[in-house]
Amino acid sequence: MTEGSVPVARRHGHIRWPGAAIGLFLSGAAAAGAQSLPPLTEVAGDPARGEALLRDMGRASCLICHEISQLDEKDMGEIGPLLDGVAERYDAGELRARVADARTLNPDTMMPPYYSLDGLAGVARAYRGQTIYSAQEVEDVVAFLLTLTDEAAQ
Amino acid sequence: MMPAPRPLMRLAAWLCALALPGLATAQDAPRSGYSYMEPETQALQDDDFLNPGFFLVDQGLALWQQPMGPEGQSCAGCHGAVETAMRGVAARYPAFDPAADRLMNLELRIQAEMAGRMQATPFDYSAPEMLALTAVISLQSRGLEMRPEINDETLPYLDMGREIYETRRGQLNLACLHCHDDHAGERLRGDVISQGQINAFPIYRLLWSEAGSRHRMFEWCMQSVRAEPFARGSDEFVALELYLAQRGAGLAMEAPGVRR
Ligand code: HEC
Ligand code: HEC
Repeated sequence: MTEGSVPVARRHGHIRWPGAAIGLFLSGAAAAGAQSLPPLTEVAGDPARGEALLRDMGRASCLICHEISQLDEKDMGEIGPLLDGVAERYDAGELRARVADARTLNPDTMMPPYYSLDGLAGVARAYRGQTIYSAQEVEDVVAFLLTLTDEAAQ
Repeated sequence: MMPAPRPLMRLAAWLCALALPGLATAQDAPRSGYSYMEPETQALQDDDFLNPGFFLVDQGLALWQQPMGPEGQSCAGCHGAVETAMRGVAARYPAFDPAADRLMNLELRIQAEMAGRMQATPFDYSAPEMLALTAVISLQSRGLEMRPEINDETLPYLDMGREIYETRRGQLNLACLHCHDDHAGERLRGDVISQGQINAFPIYRLLWSEAGSRHRMFEWCMQSVRAEPFARGSDEFVALELYLAQRGAGLAMEAPGVRR
């Protein structure tokens, strides 16, 4: 059939990260289902930029599948868990691991890998070889997620 | 006793699997996309005078009678009235064509008729005329059960279609089944995801402000996960169409449908 297609039965490969440098400091952590990831860049994430990115429908928005009650958005998705208070449940490293590649936690996840090219097949030309987010964009979104405390949800 | 030839055994396995849905997949009983729509959208489909898909049907009826090619042949000239000649046809398509030695859906069959018997230049796969002819033909199966024929010829296409349906693709790394089997009935952004059934096509889609074919819908879904879609009319999409027809076998045909 199509070249490079990955049948579901074989869809959980191990994690390969774009960029040799990033691969270097991830080796070890990524190998056995990383639950936590160290920062991807040296520049701290910016929560305001993260919020804007997360709400941008043209950028494979998290809100396609998740709801965050405090955001003034209509038609948020209900595929994934409610993200209210998510900062109480996970620290920065754990959130980063989920955004970068949720398959490290659940190989069958429906959540797209925002910062991994591992195992992708049949990608449209315009997006080939690119991750959904850049490393800095992952940092920004994680910084925003860290503001989602129980208090913020009130 | 002679062992059954392999294709037959696989066919038997398929039929068993289909008869025992609990064992085959986690999929629920087939449900038309209609049942997931808002009442207002359903009302648009229910009334033939309000249903925007009926513009296509009228056009299609005119085309059915229109002389084409050097000898001025029309579909009606060979087949007679569309109401009787085409009754049930769309419900059993895609079907294997021995002469062409391939699986054909309605569009490909129409192109073959035009290029062959009528010696006319076939309508493009996505031409408005093509959509109109498939609409008037599909209407003649309204209320009948969608049920393609699964046999030795169609079985390899069925397998190919299922593999496409289950394969993760695109930058978002999703297969059709992630949305249409695992999350039917749930909200994905502004849409309620349905089972992705094809019994209502061609559909008038409010989001498009126009009607579209089954393959246009497949293309839309693949593009939404940032995958490179197969070509409309390709073996891959016809195989996928067969798989979806079989997956929804028993659903009542309802073209022209109206969807959000
Ligand atoms: C196509 C659907 C989809 C999209 C898009 C998506 N997610 Fe998810 N997400 C899920 C699902 C489903 C889960 C549940 C866990 C699992 O199945 O892996 C999940 C789990 C999570 C979790 C863990 C929540 C918990 O309470 O355990 C976080 C955090 C998360 N997602 C954040 C995000 C962020 C941030 C984005 C965008 C950058 C995003 N998701 C985009 C489907 C999605
Ligand atoms: C990211 C989620 C997603 C994926 C993956 C997906 N679809 Fe869809 N699909 C939708 C949405 C949303 C709609 C519009 C609402 C509806 O009718 O379900 C839709 C509609 C459809 C319809 C129209 C149903 C009707 O009743 O008119 C068909 C057919 C369909 N999809 C087939 C497919 C096929 C085939 C694939 C894989 C190639 C696929 N979809 C992949 C989300 C998806």
